[in-house]
Amino acid sequence: MSADRSQILNGIRRSLQRGELAGDGLKDVQSRLAQPPRGPTVARAQLAPADKVALFCQWAEFNNASVARVSAADVPGEVTGFLARNNLPANVAMAPSPLLEGYDWASQKMLSIRRGRGEGDDQVSITGAFAGIAETGTLVMASGPDHPVSLNLLPDTHVVVLREADIVGGYEDVWGRLRERYGKDRMPRTVNTITGPSRTGDIEQTIELGAHGPRRMHILVVRE
Amino acid sequence: MQSTAHAFKDNVGTALADPNLQDSLAKLKVGFSERRRQAAERLPEFEALRDRARDIKNHTLANLDFYLEEFERKVLALGGHVHWAPTAADARRIIADLCRSVGAKTVAKSKSMVAEEIALNEHLEALGIAPIETDLGEYIIQLRHEPPSHIIAPAVHLTKDQVADTFLEHHRKLGFDKRLTERNDLVAEARYVLRQKFLDADVGLTGANFLVAETGSSMLVTNEGNADLSNTLPKMHIVLASIEKVIPTLEDAAVLLRVLARSATGQESSAYTTLNTGPKRPGDLDGPEQYHVVLLDNGRSGVLGTEMQDILRCIRCGACMNHCPVYGAVGGHAYGWVYPGPMGAVLTPQLVGVEEASNLPNASTFCGRCESVCPVRIPLPKLMRHWREREFERHLTPKAVRQGLALWSFVARRPGLYRGLTTIANRVLSLFGRVEGRYHSLPLAGGWTRFRDFPAPPPGGTFHAQWKAGRKRP
Repeated sequence: MSADRSQILNGIRRSLQRGELAGDGLKDVQSRLAQPPRGPTVARAQLAPADKVALFCQWAEFNNASVARVSAADVPGEVTGFLARNNLPANVAMAPSPLLEGYDWASQKMLSIRRGRGEGDDQVSITGAFAGIAETGTLVMASGPDHPVSLNLLPDTHVVVLREADIVGGYEDVWGRLRERYGKDRMPRTVNTITGPSRTGDIEQTIELGAHGPRRMHILVVRE
Repeated sequence: MQSTAHAFKDNVGTALADPNLQDSLAKLKVGFSERRRQAAERLPEFEALRDRARDIKNHTLANLDFYLEEFERKVLALGGHVHWAPTAADARRIIADLCRSVGAKTVAKSKSMVAEEIALNEHLEALGIAPIETDLGEYIIQLRHEPPSHIIAPAVHLTKDQVADTFLEHHRKLGFDKRLTERNDLVAEARYVLRQKFLDADVGLTGANFLVAETGSSMLVTNEGNADLSNTLPKMHIVLASIEKVIPTLEDAAVLLRVLARSATGQESSAYTTLNTGPKRPGDLDGPEQYHVVLLDNGRSGVLGTEMQDILRCIRCGACMNHCPVYGAVGGHAYGWVYPGPMGAVLTPQLVGVEEASNLPNASTFCGRCESVCPVRIPLPKLMRHWREREFERHLTPKAVRQGLALWSFVARRPGLYRGLTTIANRVLSLFGRVEGRYHSLPLAGGWTRFRDFPAPPPGGTFHAQWKAGRKRP
């Protein structure tokens, strides 16, 4: 096994006509890793906070999600309202997250909530989001005890609660937040960045929603 | 998969005569390329991002050993495993051993061109392990026992009706005995059938679009969500990736992601872009208990430092084939192996040998559209020309072509003879039926005129004659 490893690495070095990196060459790549250079600035990822929120909503809708902008007090009511408007059952699987527990779910008498991971026959899930990316209307989900990945994928309908303060401009801003929260060398097991519902264009290049993941995505953008 | 690249010319004949394929290809020409154009226009920084994407890949290739070791170090630190596979056979053996170590009966597979390259499915099946393709397109062609015809849209050669027939044939035993006519019903039926297979699978196998050295993460870009179910539900996640997929940092990933989805499908972003880093953590409610990355070389390290190195920048978006007039006419199967289109015409001779695949670099008009849309600016026509040169040097070029080239070069080096012969040819051509500046048929050129008219030389003699006449004018 280590022979295979050396075979590949030595093969690369032979082709590049050098030995193992050393000296300045090594220092250069090490410092590039330690302080990653950013790519060309994308103008639409550099907006003022209010404009970021608006751009996030615009792109999320462009990518077939629906968006409701609500106050924190209105979150549970908007969820039950959304389920009723779409004839969806009032049984939901919810991420066991402190953020979501902060909302007054008890106010919704008809809503039955199971907290835990996603199951194969779940109809609706409710999760938070680590961040939203304005540039493309993308949600960022970091896995952990408070956010099972299966809730992002198995249910037919995914309801996401995203705080305005967690909407950032571009991808680089998310990487910064992840490093801050988890440490530079310790990503969560899974980071899903999700842009709208699941889709496929595999039959005649025509987009159909709900290939394997959720068919429907509803995002509650919560005012602070 | 067994290459039929040597039979390219026969494959082309079959492809041109297949009405279903021609219908599907007609849609491709307007679909992907138009959507890519619109997406590129919506992002003013797109061209600058392409330059940076090229530079990032060049930097990585120049330091590939360092970044692979760094990637490995990070994967190990978070409880994952890295396996090094110099050849396709090594990768097959490693993956089979991993599957057997957990007593796997089924493997949920997410579309991976590298898995096609090493013919993984056939190998697993022979060992009694059932690979289940879960990407809709791959699932359809697995049922039909066909290879993929496009690197991002494997079933792009099929019509909806063909899919409906295939589903009826294979899903009848599961109780679905109605032939479906709507696309959304076909998608829903596949979703239902495959959902249970995800829940039952022992191993999830995915490819990777990128491996991030900084964090030890594998990055996957998909639209359906099948790759994410594959890396979340089964107890073991195996990532199969070739060595050139490694990139330095997350910032580099941001640049590459911005050009990848736009070049591939014209989307601002794919529906799912996922970073996986190691196995399930303490307290996690789901995720695999084991995380393995298999790094495949299969000849790539030998391409570094050669005139072909640029092909290792390829991020597998498919834009080159979406814009290629040859791919657009014959589809992907004609190329005879895993990678079709211009990138396949460069990569296939490298991986299966120029003797087998010498037809592919010749299947290009050198129109340059592929290079003009490539997100990492690979000079594809130049690389195909290199293959033609190598083919010529190794005397693999057909005799008629060699003799024709020898004759042409003899004449071209003798200007007097060249002018004389072209003047005669010009006069002879004018004896045949010139209709509105073109010929419907010509002797010795039936292969051309059977399908299209041949352009006639304009009146006034050869280019040389007109040039001379023009210079005399004031």
